Amino acid sequence: MERDLIIKIAYLIASVMFIIGIKMLGKTSTARRGNFVSAIAMLIAVLVTLLDSQILSYTEIFVTILIGSVIGTVIAQRVEMTSMPEMVAIFNGFGGAASVLVATSEYWRMAHEAGYSMEMVVGVTIIISVIIGCVTLTGSLVAFGKLKGLINGRAVVFSGQHAVNAILFLAVLALSVLVVLQPNAEIWMLGVLAIALLLGVLTVIPIGGADMPVVISLLNSYSGIAACATGFVLNNQVLIIAGALVGASGIILTQIMCKAMNRSLVNVLLGGFGQTSSSA
Amino acid sequence: MNAETLIVLLYVLVLASFVGFELISKVPPTLHTPLMSGSNAISGITIVGAIVAAGPEDWSVSKWLAIAALLLATLNVVGGYVVTDRMLQMFKKKKK
Repeated sequence: MERDLIIKIAYLIASVMFIIGIKMLGKTSTARRGNFVSAIAMLIAVLVTLLDSQILSYTEIFVTILIGSVIGTVIAQRVEMTSMPEMVAIFNGFGGAASVLVATSEYWRMAHEAGYSMEMVVGVTIIISVIIGCVTLTGSLVAFGKLKGLINGRAVVFSGQHAVNAILFLAVLALSVLVVLQPNAEIWMLGVLAIALLLGVLTVIPIGGADMPVVISLLNSYSGIAACATGFVLNNQVLIIAGALVGASGIILTQIMCKAMNRSLVNVLLGGFGQTSSSA
Repeated sequence: MNAETLIVLLYVLVLASFVGFELISKVPPTLHTPLMSGSNAISGITIVGAIVAAGPEDWSVSKWLAIAALLLATLNVVGGYVVTDRMLQMFKKKKK
């Protein structure tokens, strides 16, 4: 009980620090300190979560965090300045994947382990987290590939692309309903995962390399929304707040970047823009 | 989850979204990329969910999924903050 209260108060402090951090990041004079404030907020959130009474076994958690921190620091320190955008893309993809995995982990526990059942609200938010997270993951990987030159950087467009996307989107919605109605049949969930991963690829593939910063910004917003949905799955308010902050500010930032490039956000959301820029 | 909890969480979502919308205004174009990178690190907050989900003692499928999530989320958080800091560092030097 007391532990629970400490965790909640610390989450509140972390949330306030995230907001202040983002605010400071928007001004040249305070930007670096703002990033530091937000990093401290993250540290507080992580440390206090370790007090959670559901955590019974710590070794593997510490080992995993240690490995992740070392790899993350080494990659981030070594990457060249010119490669920063693709670095952001790949880290963003990892974040989306993490949301998918947490949601799938909860799904598995509720659908397959004795004594658990899946409520409607939880089922719906698991699905939202999985779909948006998968799109973030493969979308970011394609963006990374395009910037690195691993994939053709030009816009890849085929006829009937929007129709294919629309059909896949409807299919993923239908499968989602089935997941919520029959949580024990994992075939539906596998279908959602597969189509959502494919949708991420198809959303970014028709966009030219020059427009990638806008796409990465949009995908960054998506990963925030995925984290926010995961917050609903776990009933965790700091996930909802931080996720919503990133989701909302990311959309606005994307819009600002679009305006700077003389494009509309609707074009980005639908995919398939950037054809003009490749010839320009 | 009862209806009351859901409503409270929806309040949190709506209010936090409005704060997010309001935060990004009058940001100079040079800060667009660092801002994107910085908020990318924040979206790694899923790390908190991964820690909780990785909590049980038994090595079930869901625990393995959570451990994988924890590794990726840690990469997102740590890598994200370091990359952002490097960008801003460069920015400062340029100014001087």
